Amino acid sequence: MARGTRRLTLACVAAALALGLSACGGGTIQNATAPTGGSGTAAACGDLRIAVNPWTGYVSNAHVIGYVAKTKLGCNVTYSDLKEEVSWQGMASGTIDTVVENWGHNDLIKKYITDGKTVEDAGPTGNDGIIGWYVPPWMAEKYPDILDSANLNKYADLFKTSESGDKGQLLDGDPSYVTNDEALVTNLKLNFKVVVGGSEAALIESFRSAEKNKTPLLAYFYEPQWFFSEMKLARVKLPAYTDGCDADPKTIACDYPPYKLNKLISAKFAASGSPAVGLVKKFQWTNDDQNLVSTYMSRDNMTPDDAAKKWVDANPDKVAAWLK
Amino acid sequence: MSTAIAPPRAGVKEEQPYVDPTKKRYTGRKLLGLVVVWVALWLVVKNRDTLELPFAQTTGLHTWLNDFRDSIEGSGQSNWFMKYVIGGISAALNGIITALQGLLSTAVFPRPVPEIGWLGVMALIGWVTYALAGIRSTILVLVCTFLFGVFGLWQFSIDLLIITFVAVFICVIIGLPLGILMARNQRVSAVVTPVLDLMQTMPSFAYLTPMALFFGIGPACAVAVTLVYAIPPLVRITEHGIKSVSANTIEASRSLGLTSRQLLRQVQLPMARRTIIVGVNQCTMAALSMATIAALVNGPGLGKPVVSALQTLNIGAAFVGGLAIVLMAIMLDRTTTAASERAERRGGHTDVASVGGPGVVKNIVWLERLPRWASEEGYESPPRKHLSNAGRRFAIGLLVVPVLIAVVLSRTYLSLAQFGSFENVPVLSFLSGPKLASVVNTVVRSFVDAVDTFTNGFKEVVTVWFLNPLQALIATSPWWLMALVLLAIAYFLGGWRPTLVTAVCEAVILGTGLWNDAMVTLTMTLVATLLVMIIAVVLGVGMGRSRRVDVIIRPFLDAFQTIPAFVYLVPALALFGPGRFTAIVAALVYAVSIATKLVADGIRGVSPTTVEAARSSGVTPWQMISKVQLPMAREALVLATNQGLLYVLSMVVIGGMVGGGSLGYIVVAGFSQRELFGKGLAAGLAITALGVMLDRIARHAAARYES
Repeated sequence: MARGTRRLTLACVAAALALGLSACGGGTIQNATAPTGGSGTAAACGDLRIAVNPWTGYVSNAHVIGYVAKTKLGCNVTYSDLKEEVSWQGMASGTIDTVVENWGHNDLIKKYITDGKTVEDAGPTGNDGIIGWYVPPWMAEKYPDILDSANLNKYADLFKTSESGDKGQLLDGDPSYVTNDEALVTNLKLNFKVVVGGSEAALIESFRSAEKNKTPLLAYFYEPQWFFSEMKLARVKLPAYTDGCDADPKTIACDYPPYKLNKLISAKFAASGSPAVGLVKKFQWTNDDQNLVSTYMSRDNMTPDDAAKKWVDANPDKVAAWLK
Repeated sequence: MSTAIAPPRAGVKEEQPYVDPTKKRYTGRKLLGLVVVWVALWLVVKNRDTLELPFAQTTGLHTWLNDFRDSIEGSGQSNWFMKYVIGGISAALNGIITALQGLLSTAVFPRPVPEIGWLGVMALIGWVTYALAGIRSTILVLVCTFLFGVFGLWQFSIDLLIITFVAVFICVIIGLPLGILMARNQRVSAVVTPVLDLMQTMPSFAYLTPMALFFGIGPACAVAVTLVYAIPPLVRITEHGIKSVSANTIEASRSLGLTSRQLLRQVQLPMARRTIIVGVNQCTMAALSMATIAALVNGPGLGKPVVSALQTLNIGAAFVGGLAIVLMAIMLDRTTTAASERAERRGGHTDVASVGGPGVVKNIVWLERLPRWASEEGYESPPRKHLSNAGRRFAIGLLVVPVLIAVVLSRTYLSLAQFGSFENVPVLSFLSGPKLASVVNTVVRSFVDAVDTFTNGFKEVVTVWFLNPLQALIATSPWWLMALVLLAIAYFLGGWRPTLVTAVCEAVILGTGLWNDAMVTLTMTLVATLLVMIIAVVLGVGMGRSRRVDVIIRPFLDAFQTIPAFVYLVPALALFGPGRFTAIVAALVYAVSIATKLVADGIRGVSPTTVEAARSSGVTPWQMISKVQLPMAREALVLATNQGLLYVLSMVVIGGMVGGGSLGYIVVAGFSQRELFGKGLAAGLAITALGVMLDRIARHAAARYES
């Protein structure tokens, strides 16, 4: 025992020594400057810490902003993969600077923007967020009137599965998003049952298989989403959204509200005077722009940075407008 | 050790209750009678009092938990405990980890590469391995680390190593004294053991948000989350190691006049040394299994590429990340095992089964056995000559020089600091990340396209004819009927003690307000466990009877036990579509490994004389299996069922992501949606209660079979 311990200690001491020695050795690698140099503004910009929420459209926003900040402003950009609520927490505590695609979240807006004043709204991203019910393209073609929720009961039998029993199946499923679907089914008197898919992956794989095997599917989905560049899903019309029609979750019987997606920055970062603040605030693009970058990543398997570079190189005008 | 949730890799069985094995019980007949009565009653009162709770609805408890979270969040800035103690701990952890990253893995801003480049890091890692474990392990470790670079995952891999080592280090600091204390003080043991149970069975998704609340997001939180899951095995095995030093030895030492402190330091600790290293091994594996979970709170490491690959459903990229995690698990497992074997060779002696050796200590601790070929000694090789200690120390000292040279070189040349791309290197290009990923993508997609109509049909049949009826029976029985049925089963199988535990667990589940969801989860768990055992017996018998089969199958079992479940979620969805059956499949993939290994162990453990005697009396191979080997391995079968069950239960949350619904999905949603935080936490508790209930029933039932 004693001998073994001594040897272990010896090993540890030697390892520490080696680390120490090499750390003191001084950097000898020649180009010990920022890999992306810029025009000497690196010091002025400093860190930009972007939260990356777990969907591909978000990744596109984050990496395009990050790529521009890195190459044009010389910022030291870091990305943190986080869920939405956790990112808000991070902005409040100062470990995250910005969230670059925010879907509503009234409760968080109240908590952090209105009450806490630790987070600020940084303006719209230019993307419109749509939540709704979708069917695969082949169904929209074969049953054109299925695209109105009033006709759904007619087709309920088609959508029966072993999960939904004697009712039609409405596949729900991304745990990150609020859904009103259970209430909608009840209040619109639809002969459907909500079945949880459990993840975005589950929804996408279901659409793929439904289109390939021409099997019926009705599912909750959302835009902008890279998957739309692979498959043009058709949206089923629900009774139109009017202001306040979704006030009481129990009696809700109307469509989801349209979301104007926006960006958020932490109050601390906004006051820091970093040039990246302006970039984040001015950043705007369209759903098509975002879907394009997302497709580079999801279909062509490009890394986020390569995809961002490709888009930025092809759209110098848009990028220039963000940097004014 | 998959990504998920509480996989109990080294289950530790506590002392078994005393039972009289000779008593005739007619358990089968009683259970049959029970089922008949149950079904008859169900026909009359079904769909009444099922306590169904719509998904978006919450109970008082859930809102109270939400409010509690809000109040903690609100006081977070002003509360001294949160600000100074927790804040200080997380700042220190973040500081240490960031410093190590800057040294070994991550470029710190103006410098384009970390302080020590890949060559230097590899040399250091290799040298430490050689000092601790020997030359074979060193070669294995060097090959693995090199592959991380070829995969294009160098930085993520080293990050994961750093996180794992920091976590294990803290585990040892906390766990070792705690284990010793528990071994010496019965009362502490009684208090801490249920806490350890809770830590291991609570799905980690359920406590991710609270942890992020306390430690902020980032490395500190990742370490904290990892600790919760990795400490219990170390504490338990340490406690066991100290306790199992034989009473005679202790008596003898006492008679020599040793004080209890001397006894601990000079007798118990040295004798339990090997067991404790096994505990460290299990702790390391548990820590590694949290890699993908930690990535969800921005913990650095290999979980990140896996999680982000899932967003674009890039099966190949997820697979490469998963493969790297598997390699790291193998490398750390074999290294710690080799280190412990060396400790034994130097004279440490315990009665614990060696991990690489042929014994499992019955009834107290079971440890997964590695095949001999995987251990440092090599398969059936005669004892080799080893360097003397002095010689080894000399070699280690001498090796410092090349290591230092490598470190200096890696600081001098960019190509030795930064792993280049291997896409244009012959042979290795095939293993480079993007290439390997695209090959995997192509293979999986074409496989899926070929068989998915068939697999979906299979799912339909199983769901309609098997799962749905069983779920109807269990989940549409009124809660009081179901509660009584469970109590009766517990009593018939295990006597009054598990019945008591069952009653408590039922009360907890009722209290969470999620009875109906819990019953749906219970149904899936039972079906999955049944399927696990069918597969495990088939594979296990094959492995137990033939060494060649064992050698072929075992690496696959190891891989499936280690690869993060996120990797096979997408293929499973493509094959079976979202649904409860897919959740069951995900659980199967993970749980079959451990059950199969235990069955194989059991079959191999049947005494050779018995087998020989049976063979000479002319039985057919089938009779040999069904009449001799399986009955004699009954104990192993029960143990395998118990472990299989716990492993299945640990996959409930993952199942929730592929359409399992019920408790698993609530936990996931609770992690993502603010309003459902309390409900998610409650669902986590309900899963724990189910786990404890099933485990205790199985354990007491098992005790009756051991004679």
